[in-house]
Amino acid sequence: MAEINPPELFIGSDAIQPFSQEPVSMAEQEAKPQIILMGLRRCGKSSIAQVVFNKITPNGTVLLESTTKIEFTDIETNTFLHYELVEIPGQMDIFESTVPMNHEGLFSNCDAVIYIIDCSDSYESALPYLYQIVTCAHKINPKIRFEVFIHKTDVLRQDGDKLAIRRSIYYKVTRDLQDSCLEAVKLHFYLTSIYDYSIFEALSSVVQKLIPELPTLENMLNLLNQKCRIEKSYLFDLHSKIYIATDSTPLDIAMYALVSDMIDTVLDLANIYDSGSDAKDANLSSTFELNNKSFLFLKKVNQYLALVVFMTGEDLQETSGLIEYNFYLFKKALENVFEIRTRKSKEKLL
Amino acid sequence: MGNKKKVLLMGKSGAGKTSMRSIIFANYVARDTRRLGPTMNVEHSYIRFLGTMVLNLWDCGGQPNYFDNYITPQREQIFKGAEVLIFVISVETKELQDDLRLYQSCLEALAHLSPEAKIVCLISKMDLIADEKREQEFSVRESEIKRRSLPLKVTCYPTSIWDESLYKAWSSIIYSLVPNIAKFESSLNMFADIMRADEVLLFEKATYLIIAHSVRRKHPDGHRFEKISNIIKQFKLNASRYVANLHTMRMEIINGDLKILLDMLTPNTAIMVVITDPLVYPAAISLNIQTARKHFEMLEKLDRAPAMQFGDPKV
Repeated sequence: MAEINPPELFIGSDAIQPFSQEPVSMAEQEAKPQIILMGLRRCGKSSIAQVVFNKITPNGTVLLESTTKIEFTDIETNTFLHYELVEIPGQMDIFESTVPMNHEGLFSNCDAVIYIIDCSDSYESALPYLYQIVTCAHKINPKIRFEVFIHKTDVLRQDGDKLAIRRSIYYKVTRDLQDSCLEAVKLHFYLTSIYDYSIFEALSSVVQKLIPELPTLENMLNLLNQKCRIEKSYLFDLHSKIYIATDSTPLDIAMYALVSDMIDTVLDLANIYDSGSDAKDANLSSTFELNNKSFLFLKKVNQYLALVVFMTGEDLQETSGLIEYNFYLFKKALENVFEIRTRKSKEKLL
Repeated sequence: MGNKKKVLLMGKSGAGKTSMRSIIFANYVARDTRRLGPTMNVEHSYIRFLGTMVLNLWDCGGQPNYFDNYITPQREQIFKGAEVLIFVISVETKELQDDLRLYQSCLEALAHLSPEAKIVCLISKMDLIADEKREQEFSVRESEIKRRSLPLKVTCYPTSIWDESLYKAWSSIIYSLVPNIAKFESSLNMFADIMRADEVLLFEKATYLIIAHSVRRKHPDGHRFEKISNIIKQFKLNASRYVANLHTMRMEIINGDLKILLDMLTPNTAIMVVITDPLVYPAAISLNIQTARKHFEMLEKLDRAPAMQFGDPKV
């Protein structure tokens, strides 16, 4: 390795040091969770990142070049999470001795590892690498969460096939981990595809686990639902369409699809007629009424987040005032939650 | 009957005639058109449009032997009484001259049997051409087609089922078919003035094609109408997966001073109002639409009146 690409330097042992010399940047670094995307080559790591965060159409991902160096992407989509996506190219085996890689530096600062398995290929070949990563990363940082995306499920026609693959992968991985006495490590498995909503749903679950305030938010949404007879409510990051919290009713992918389509429609239409002023942006709100009996409400609660709720069987005229008022209270409460976090991080600085 | 409009959809096989028809009128998503097989002979479809108007769409399969039939034995049956000929040519066709020869033989028959018919040429599959080359490739074909159509007049549009260009082309085709369109437009202009709206758009409800618009404030994006059609249609398709039997839809978007309201106007049309005037409140827009409903329903009935007399003398 005569040539080392600049970003790789950050992984090297000496490059980690500068952070500890400047307390300010270290605090920022601490506040910014890292998510590592890994997987064999051509399993769809870049595609996922591009579709979710850069809004490339799924069909457009066939044109993506394969990634050759480690890529760092700052995802500053909302104030709640400032996380960094680290994409490790598949042809770079981090356990190979020729690859200059400091595992310590890589995993100690990381909150979650997303391992992607291409289920359209022979998925068994992806398992040994996963096992290596889990054993190594867990030793360095036992707090790391491991999320396994069984990807490209769009090639499988039947739901039964998807579940069978998930079961077989789950079984093999847990058996290997048990053999090396690592039962304590919990892996989560998701079936994903960039051609439908499953990738957003899966990433939402991953991201939610990284939010310390999640229980508070969930509680707030539950209360809101109860008081306004709302069926389902989400707190969405508008740009990426990842939801960072929802109430505790069971997940419903069709509902997510409906809400996410609404966000698309609202943003697209507003963009066409927006004169380009950002100041008003925080006031975006919208109401959709379907068949006079189902309603979707959207209201932006801060620069990045929007509260979206679905309700049915109510009279719009009667409820809209109630919703409006409670949304306002929710917004205030959310500001309080944010404040605690900023105060805490300030205290840490001092 | 005066309200039945015969529309011929022709072109070589594989040009994408059935695909575009399915997207516009049969609620297909672009991806689903892969499942369509080749059209055998002529497929007729009757599409009720604006409640009273019926589009009688003749989707003519494009294989050579069918074509020979259209031109000679079935000539009269096919070309007589047509209001519009839509000829589809794929942008990636290997032998453009071949397509054009077929096109010319259709024109000849049309000029003879329906001399009043409007001719539209769609260059399909534009998505296969790189963005920056599209305009050039299109204009090359357009000038060639125009030259070959003389002395008849033809309108050409680039289309792709993957973007909103398809809606632009079909909107203008439909626009030319709606009787009374001038009345709709003047009413819409008046309505926009009264409401102090920036823009008012009138859609046909089933297809979300724009049939009339009134613009009171200049907008930089000339393609916005097709985009809006596309956006709303997409949402409708996706939402009908969750809400069964989706027949009415109302959207209200407020962003600072910008207010966008989409609502049903008459049983067959939907209206979208865009207002940036800070003095106009959303409730006022709803009320105005409510009030305008009667007037537009009457306009539609005016359309219907002669047809009803024709069908049922008792009315």
